[in-house]
Amino acid sequence: MSKTTVHHAGNRLFLAAVVLACVWVLVPIYLLLINALSAPAEVTGFPKWFWPSFDLASIRFFLGFKGVTAALWSSVQVAVLTMVMAIGTGAPAGYALARFDFPGKQVFRFLVVMTRAFPLPLLALPLAVLFIRVGLDDTVLGLALVHTTLALPFAVLITYSLFSGIPYELEEAALTLGCNRVQAFFKVVMPLAAPGIAASAVFAFVVSWNEVFAAAVLTIEHRTLTAFLLQSLDVSPLPLKFAGGAALVVPALVFIFAVRKYLFAMWGIANR
Amino acid sequence: MAEIEIKGVGKTFRAFTALHSIDLTINDQEFVVLLGASGCGKTTLLRIIAGLEVPTTGEVWIGGRRVDRLPPRARGISMVFQNYAVFPHLTVFENIAFGLRMQRLPKPEVVRRVTRTAELMHIEQLLKRYSGQLSGGQRQRVAVARALAMEPDVILMDEPLSNLDALLRLEMRAELKGVLAASKTTTIYVTHDQVEAMSLADRIAVMHGGDIVQADRPVEVYRNPAARFVGSFIGNPPMNFLPARALGEGRWQVAGHDFVGPRSAAPQIEFAIRPEDLHPAEHGLVAEVRVVEPLGPHTLVTATVAGVMLRAVLESTLVVAPGDHLSLAPVADRIRWFDPETQKAIT
Repeated sequence: MSKTTVHHAGNRLFLAAVVLACVWVLVPIYLLLINALSAPAEVTGFPKWFWPSFDLASIRFFLGFKGVTAALWSSVQVAVLTMVMAIGTGAPAGYALARFDFPGKQVFRFLVVMTRAFPLPLLALPLAVLFIRVGLDDTVLGLALVHTTLALPFAVLITYSLFSGIPYELEEAALTLGCNRVQAFFKVVMPLAAPGIAASAVFAFVVSWNEVFAAAVLTIEHRTLTAFLLQSLDVSPLPLKFAGGAALVVPALVFIFAVRKYLFAMWGIANR
Repeated sequence: MAEIEIKGVGKTFRAFTALHSIDLTINDQEFVVLLGASGCGKTTLLRIIAGLEVPTTGEVWIGGRRVDRLPPRARGISMVFQNYAVFPHLTVFENIAFGLRMQRLPKPEVVRRVTRTAELMHIEQLLKRYSGQLSGGQRQRVAVARALAMEPDVILMDEPLSNLDALLRLEMRAELKGVLAASKTTTIYVTHDQVEAMSLADRIAVMHGGDIVQADRPVEVYRNPAARFVGSFIGNPPMNFLPARALGEGRWQVAGHDFVGPRSAAPQIEFAIRPEDLHPAEHGLVAEVRVVEPLGPHTLVTATVAGVMLRAVLESTLVVAPGDHLSLAPVADRIRWFDPETQKAIT
């Protein structure tokens, strides 16, 4: 009897925690969206409705705001470049970790994660100086390089778990069926890993898309959307802030939602 | 024509020696089973022949060509893997056609060969399916069909039946034997299952601790084990071993009885007899029965003789209970002798 009571209490506690966690994440997003989709007058008005009026005036104003489209374009360029570089270097590293035993493998894995242990400001300022010296400051490439270092650990870890999940036996079978190593990779591993690689590419995209500190320090003319908003939002009206926030959050949310299965895989959680 | 010659092949992984120095010649169209417990090096040897592993020492020759430095694709082999390794992103048809397409065979030839091998393996109705839609047994058939479609000189099989359930394994075993005999390829088959080895092989190479202990016809391996290990590994229940004390002049005392044995200078050797070669008789080894297991066709009796455990396969009509004393006589020409030092058979 008492055992079931304890069990029930535990269940309730669990449920409460789940609800709390959901509220914690969802309420700000909800408020952001509701305000972004309301007419400017409603944003500052009171009382509020739980359902937005779908007035696109805020969004339209935001998009028409000077510099927004340029910043948006910069963001996309940096994010795409980050994505390409992070996967281009991360996927081979992940493959090596998954398939080969080499001296220093454990250290290498540790170091990959270690790059995330340094606070970005610590890196960004010396980098800014360095970039100015070599002429990479305020360029899309320069910022993408920094974002690549941020996205790389995730790219390595996701692709590592991805390639580990593909039995080596399949590659060996391909080798005995007339493939060389490269053909075996492209004919067998690649088709199986493609969705996961796309997912980790999207994740790299989002890392870059959301990053603000390095972007703010390293760019002046070619600001990304985050850096641009950081700079101009204090001084802009409330509706613009909400619209800008939504413009940042929504793509990231959509992307992450699309690739959630693979991100769970990275943390070793099965989600089927 | 694909005779395989393995000359002094050794393999060392860092500090661990998986294979010492293997010499083995496999004739064209022969079916050789590499049999041994896990870790004996049988899979390593197979993978070296396949080209998936590079030997540390020695040479591998297939069909008169030295292949040990060639990649798998250049060796004229195909392989069936333990976990089937059916490509999940391809249909059964494309799986079987994979190697043929790599060889750039003309389309009609690809279709012809895929259809033929699929029919041979009774999977022609599955050609459009993906591996996820197949049962274990069906995947196994696809893997074999894929290997056969290559029309290789040599087929290598790495425990291909070990993931199937018992009934299916029995069925596939018989079928494989037929199909492979008809295909006229040379086959090397790795297993730890002695029954599988006995039933399939033209010749069994028993491996132990990185060496081939004996390579001979199944009956020969069973009847005349070259080493104690072979006798204890092959046969279910395995061979019985009893200590034998020298009486001189080739006479040996085993559990109080005199036997004529080999002329050896050793003070003590081992007497060995298969469980089915023991029969109740008036003058035999006195055995105290411990466990009686009626198995239907016969009864398995576990007993102790002079403190040593021994098993006997007896007539199921025999009435016997734990605690009874039986007098068991070995069939004279089935007695084998082993040197406890070298572990080898003494003749």
